[in-house]
Amino acid sequence: MSRQTRVLPGFGPALGLTLTWLSLIVLIPLASVFLRAANLSLSEFWAVVSAPRVVASYKLSFGMALGAAAINSLFGSMLAWCLVRYRFPGKRLIDALVDLPFALPTAVAGISLTALYAKTGWIGQILEPLGIQVAFKPAGVLVALVFIGLPFVVRTVQPVLEDLDVENEEAAICLGAGRWRTFRHVILPTILPALLTGFTLAFARAVGEYGSVIFIAGNIPMVSEITPLMIITKLEQFDYAGATAVGEVMLLISFALLLLINGLQAWAAKRTGRDR
Amino acid sequence: MSIEVRNITKRFGAFTALDDVTLDFPSGELVALLGPSGCGKTTLLRIIAGLERADAGQVLLEGEEASTKAVRERQVGFVFQHYALFRHMTVFDNVAFGMRMKPRAVRPSAAQIRDKVHRLLELVQLDWLATRFPSQLSGGQRQRIALARALAVEPRVLLLDEPFGALDAKVRKELRRWLRHLHDELHITSIFVTHDQEEALEVADRVVLMNQGRVEQTGSPQEVYSHPATPFVYGFLGAVNLFHGRVDGEGVRVGDELLPHDGGVDAPAEGAKVLAFARPYEIDILPEGEGASGMAARVSRVLSFGVSTRVELEGEGGRPFEVELTRERAAGLGLAVGQAVRLTPSNLRVFEYEEGAGI
Repeated sequence: MSRQTRVLPGFGPALGLTLTWLSLIVLIPLASVFLRAANLSLSEFWAVVSAPRVVASYKLSFGMALGAAAINSLFGSMLAWCLVRYRFPGKRLIDALVDLPFALPTAVAGISLTALYAKTGWIGQILEPLGIQVAFKPAGVLVALVFIGLPFVVRTVQPVLEDLDVENEEAAICLGAGRWRTFRHVILPTILPALLTGFTLAFARAVGEYGSVIFIAGNIPMVSEITPLMIITKLEQFDYAGATAVGEVMLLISFALLLLINGLQAWAAKRTGRDR
Repeated sequence: MSIEVRNITKRFGAFTALDDVTLDFPSGELVALLGPSGCGKTTLLRIIAGLERADAGQVLLEGEEASTKAVRERQVGFVFQHYALFRHMTVFDNVAFGMRMKPRAVRPSAAQIRDKVHRLLELVQLDWLATRFPSQLSGGQRQRIALARALAVEPRVLLLDEPFGALDAKVRKELRRWLRHLHDELHITSIFVTHDQEEALEVADRVVLMNQGRVEQTGSPQEVYSHPATPFVYGFLGAVNLFHGRVDGEGVRVGDELLPHDGGVDAPAEGAKVLAFARPYEIDILPEGEGASGMAARVSRVLSFGVSTRVELEGEGGRPFEVELTRERAAGLGLAVGQAVRLTPSNLRVFEYEEGAGI
């Protein structure tokens, strides 16, 4: 640490306090998960976490979470772009609507999405003749995860876009870049770090989502069961050690993925000169 | 490349930004668009660049109608007031951007691009900053990089929107001289927008004065300064003292005093209401005494630094005056704050009085 004068003093107490807080709120509960699972022997542990039904649920949970985060990155950026760059009637309303998935109890979201996408629902009956089934299928999981993850990308990209002057695009166009290349070389690199943050948040939220998914997924073993459901199922059978074992694997995979994305973000920041 | 602007009109809602503007920018000249903020000068520049569309009128680039051409086909270099450098790119990449965006068939090789970028960076005397990011540069450096970036695509026209507006006074003066020097080297048709009359008069070959969406006067700096066509131009190009009066024989009657004038643009009729102007250095101060002639005034401030002394005075009814005297003259008068004196203009310029003339 450098001996520079800071405007806000107290590096020592501040760091101590935040570390204590982080321990109480995050680290100790997470550590207890590992302690619980430690009641199992290694072979028992492996049998639990590698059961075919559980493995299928990992694939579904992480696959759909990544897919939903990707979809949200695309449409969330577009939505943020519209909210920042255009003026249209009802803009404030839409801006406020974006946060709704945050506030809505997830069960409510699950029930209404199921009602919409069921064979008899408004959207479901249009998709049915096309041979597309959403409700009670893996696709339903994706729809629910897209719904709950939307605000993250919009809210992280929006301020960065607001900060990006229209003049930047005009300069690119004057220099001979077309629309696509202006986006590719000027706008995208500028919003990329924020976009990655939004992606990470949406992904993390989607991995842990439970309430909205169980209504629409149908929970068919090996097909549309998510990992959090597996944990709940084990808990309901009083298999606490099994539940924590699965939870532990989920935690490790999530942590590894988040670390990877953070690394990617640091790389993007360095490449674009925001590294301090 | 020559630029012609014909009958351009542009409205933003109820506000008329440009009202039937027709102008010629001959090839190779450096022209200043000068006017107060909101006079439409930036809008005109953006219309020439193609960044804005006129409601009516034409832009001709080298005699060729340009309104159907997209911005990137016009080959204009545009320099923005706030630089608009790409902050995620190094200085090198910023300057190389335009060349890298060329269609594959005409795109220079990486080695050619590298050479050219370094040549341009040398031209703006910032080669040593190639690997830095814009956030690590000073304002003056950023603007020079922005200029190098605009020049990299070999534009046929260079358009600069208040290029020095965001810089401090000293850097501004330096860059002004540097821009003039650069233009003398490159001879590329250039238009720059400014609200600083000193900047326009000092740098440009020709000055276009604009006010409220109209062109007030065009001419060389010398012409517009010494023969202003309208009261607005007179007032905008330097400090002025204003007198309201009426034509009376050979002179102008202001209050009880009869002051001589230079004849004006087109000598107003006897008894006509006129506006009379004098620059601060065109007024002399005489001590108050028996039979002294001139406007009565009272000294309110004496500022002496540099070669001349500036005196601020208050006339009848609190009307402010500003007079510039040589140091010797001021010392001879021994002016003190509160002293009563007489003002006699050596040169009065008269304009016919018009309701709402932009003073």
